[in-house]
Amino acid sequence: MLNYFLTEEQEMIRDLARRLAEEKVAPVARELDEKEEFPHEIMRLCAEADLFGVWIPEEYGGLGGGVLEQVLVVEELSRACAGVATTYAASALGGYPILLFGSEEQKKRYLPDLAAGRRLAAFALTEAGAGSDAGSIRTRAVREGDYYVLNGTKQWITNGGEADLYVVIAVTDPEKGSRGVSAFIVEKGTPGFSFGAKEKKMGIRASTTRELIFADCRVPRENLLGKEGMGFLVAMRTLDRTRPGVGAQAVGIAQGALDAAVRYARERRQFDQPIISFQAIQHKLADMAIQVEAARALVYAVARAIDAGAKEFSKESAMAKVFASDVAMRVTVEAVQILGGNGYSREYPVEKMMRDAKVTQIYEGTNEIQRNIIAQALAKEYAKTE
Amino acid sequence: MEMVVCVKQVPDASEVRVDPATNNLMREGVPSIMNPFDRHAIEAALRLREAVGGRITALSMGPPQAEEVLREAIALGVDEAVLVCDRAFAGSDTLATSYTLALAIRKLGAVDLVLCGQQSIDGETAQVGPELAEHLGFAQCSYVRALGKPAEGALEVERAAEDGYERVRLLLPAVLTVMKELNEPRLPSLKGMLRAKKAELRIWTAADLGADPSRIGQAGSPTRVAGVFAPQRGKKAQLLTGSVVEQVQALVERLQAERVI
Repeated sequence: MLNYFLTEEQEMIRDLARRLAEEKVAPVARELDEKEEFPHEIMRLCAEADLFGVWIPEEYGGLGGGVLEQVLVVEELSRACAGVATTYAASALGGYPILLFGSEEQKKRYLPDLAAGRRLAAFALTEAGAGSDAGSIRTRAVREGDYYVLNGTKQWITNGGEADLYVVIAVTDPEKGSRGVSAFIVEKGTPGFSFGAKEKKMGIRASTTRELIFADCRVPRENLLGKEGMGFLVAMRTLDRTRPGVGAQAVGIAQGALDAAVRYARERRQFDQPIISFQAIQHKLADMAIQVEAARALVYAVARAIDAGAKEFSKESAMAKVFASDVAMRVTVEAVQILGGNGYSREYPVEKMMRDAKVTQIYEGTNEIQRNIIAQALAKEYAKTE
Repeated sequence: MEMVVCVKQVPDASEVRVDPATNNLMREGVPSIMNPFDRHAIEAALRLREAVGGRITALSMGPPQAEEVLREAIALGVDEAVLVCDRAFAGSDTLATSYTLALAIRKLGAVDLVLCGQQSIDGETAQVGPELAEHLGFAQCSYVRALGKPAEGALEVERAAEDGYERVRLLLPAVLTVMKELNEPRLPSLKGMLRAKKAELRIWTAADLGADPSRIGQAGSPTRVAGVFAPQRGKKAQLLTGSVVEQVQALVERLQAERVI
């Protein structure tokens, strides 16, 4: 791995996350996957290690890092189990809107608990009829005195049922389209807020994905995030910051698959020699390594640009997510191929990595939507220069 | 409760090689780690502090670089750390070491409980803990595998004996040496690691401890290592063949012939 000249503190974060991943996550990854079990114990360990606070400012109980610190943790956890990493990262996805748009009071009230890992968060945008077309949200929030009354169902919500805090995007003014949606903080246990069916997924099975059901759920007015009508902005700004995290997840999965493939190729003997001595295998491994490093370099570069205060980064953030997730898919498929029959067997970790990799091309905005974002930004940039 | 945990920096045994010519341990370039048993002693202290409150001091005797294991102890959550460090301590055997550590513990003031790993993975004597208790005049229990909650100045523990387990009630102050099965040590936290980086360690010399020069270092160490060697590898192994029943019968006959059973 290339030296990215991380700060001493960033190295410390990466090393601790790696240790936790190797010592505590890797040994149970297979079991969590097979049982589709939420990793409570591992989340407790992440909390104890202060990993939930890496991106949260010190004044709210965090460690004062940014997107890069978050990326480092997600990458290391993903090397061992992408389901665990998703669970961890989804809490930041639910927390970022509060950091970016929350009032001082909201930040003080919620961020210290998220930083300490005492509470988990989740982000609820997607609905059955509103995936890529986030503008067609149906969940309604109607103002009634000091409350908003929420009605509707959110689908595919990571950490659904397990998280304590939910940032929910709902329509406040149906006339205004994407300018008529708002973001709310909804706490678990609020009357009228319940959970529906748990999804049975192909991969990231340690991560819980569930429906959120709102039936006349009364949310206090002070739980509105930002102003009415800012919901879409809240969602987009949040996703801009968390997409490098999905990229990091993809890099971690791909690195894990590369690790397994190289190790296997050095040990597996055919025709009286280790298969790594065959050029067919060597070139596969080389191509995998090239892609992993390129993906990592892009993810880190975008994370650093965001942390350094870049103003516009939707396009680059989308690039990091698309590139890294496509790499993860290709690299894990190749890893399965190198391990041959064993690669296809659940005795080895690469088939799980291949299943886990697929979702990184789909969630937090499909790669097709990311390409739209990139192309729109290109059109805008070039229009300015003419 | 005032607690002291003794920790030792040791070479990582998984990385140590034996020089085939001299049979000496080749320590060059071998990374140093905290003695693995000591991690369990720290974990035990942290859990006791969580249960009943108190303070934990990590104590180590060693060269200046032994500071690393003390910082690791702080990262894990101990309150403070003392390094006993002086050229005069060089060449200490277990007697001189335990004498020196006992002086440091006395200097810390009132202590209720001293926790040690059952042994170090380099010296492997398992003597320092028990000797420490003798120097201090504390109650002691070695090979502790389970720990109760201290109450009314006493502590109940379970220890592994040769042929079973013993439940022991100790009056505090006491010295315990702990086994790996006592607990599963935690990982450090990021905030702990940041604190460890900045923490000021106390460094005590022989003069600070008022140590008797004849009882420390080489002078205070009656142990002499006459030689170190690897056992000769014999090729006496014999493979028993046949069905399992035949193999077992053959083995029993042999053992009876040798009067082992």
